[in-house]
Amino acid sequence: MKHLREITIIAAVSFAGELLHRLIPLPIPGSIYGLVLMLLLLMTHIVKVEQVKSTGDWLITLMPIMFVGPTVGLIDSYESYKDFILPILVIIVVTTVLTMAVTGLVSQRLIKFEEKKEEHRDAE
Amino acid sequence: MLNETLSSLSYFGIFLTGAVYVLAVWLQKKTRLSILNPLLVSCVAIMILLLVTGIDYSVYQYGKLNADGSHDGTGAVFFQNLLTPTTVCLAIPLYEKLSYLKKYPLAIFGGILSGTAACLTSILGLSVAFNLTHEQYVTLLPKSITTAIGMGVSEELGGLVSVTIASIIVTGIFGNVTAGWILRLFRINHPVAMGLACGTAAHAMGTSRARDFGSIQEAMSGLSIAVCGLLTVVLASVFAMIQW
Repeated sequence: MKHLREITIIAAVSFAGELLHRLIPLPIPGSIYGLVLMLLLLMTHIVKVEQVKSTGDWLITLMPIMFVGPTVGLIDSYESYKDFILPILVIIVVTTVLTMAVTGLVSQRLIKFEEKKEEHRDAE
Repeated sequence: MLNETLSSLSYFGIFLTGAVYVLAVWLQKKTRLSILNPLLVSCVAIMILLLVTGIDYSVYQYGKLNADGSHDGTGAVFFQNLLTPTTVCLAIPLYEKLSYLKKYPLAIFGGILSGTAACLTSILGLSVAFNLTHEQYVTLLPKSITTAIGMGVSEELGGLVSVTIASIIVTGIFGNVTAGWILRLFRINHPVAMGLACGTAAHAMGTSRARDFGSIQEAMSGLSIAVCGLLTVVLASVFAMIQW
């Protein structure tokens, strides 16, 4: 029964997310509304973390397998990208490395800055 | 022949995906090679299998073919359908690590914002360099964000939605496989920064890799999917106005 209850809560939040997506005219998918909603429910203790944790962790562990189907679909949509496949690959490789590096380095620098500020305040 | 038999049977795609993935995880444990990423190995193995045997992708992905031409949904799409509830559950590690969000708000939003801006700017620069059409350019703009948002952005901007999906997937696979090396190369070792980098550059596939690094990384990566996705919705519409 514990798992059924967990699945029901997760399904309810997913459904509410889809409903919000239908009602709000923005290109934001139901899953993102659902993520924010679940976070709010946990923060307000309306849903306790133990009430979703074991199913939630299990789902997150399984996440990579959920991408296998759509990735294999690349063999079916070949026609749509074959004309500019080389630029696409170069752009993907370069921008992904760059995005990862910039995000990581900027946040790492800012963390050190925030920590220093914190220390400074503690010292005063 | 094989195709006809399989299209009249349920559960083939679920079984094949599960079996190949379990084998791929075992293979990586055995060899300890990070290039043998289970997601990458599974996808390549199944692609080759389908191409060699001539089994239809639709039968693998959507399951048994019904008399009215629809499929019964017992293919690999069964796993794909769990993606929305799983994204919702990314709120759980985030909630458990909420103290970090309160501790480093500037670093977290500053990092994701700079990463998103760097991503869009470099796509613009390379699109001009390759002399891509405006349609091809806006197709690639949402390539680093989660598929569900990326599709919407591409559609909105007049891109080729199926190519956007393909580029999001390839970005995810590439980020998932190379994250460990890239983070090491640039000496990104703070757990918060590592997570933000994975999620901003490679959405949910980056997040499933961030999970291997630790629970703080996982939580921050999950947060990045949402924040980077929302920022891209706004920024991509500005970038789409640029013509050359």
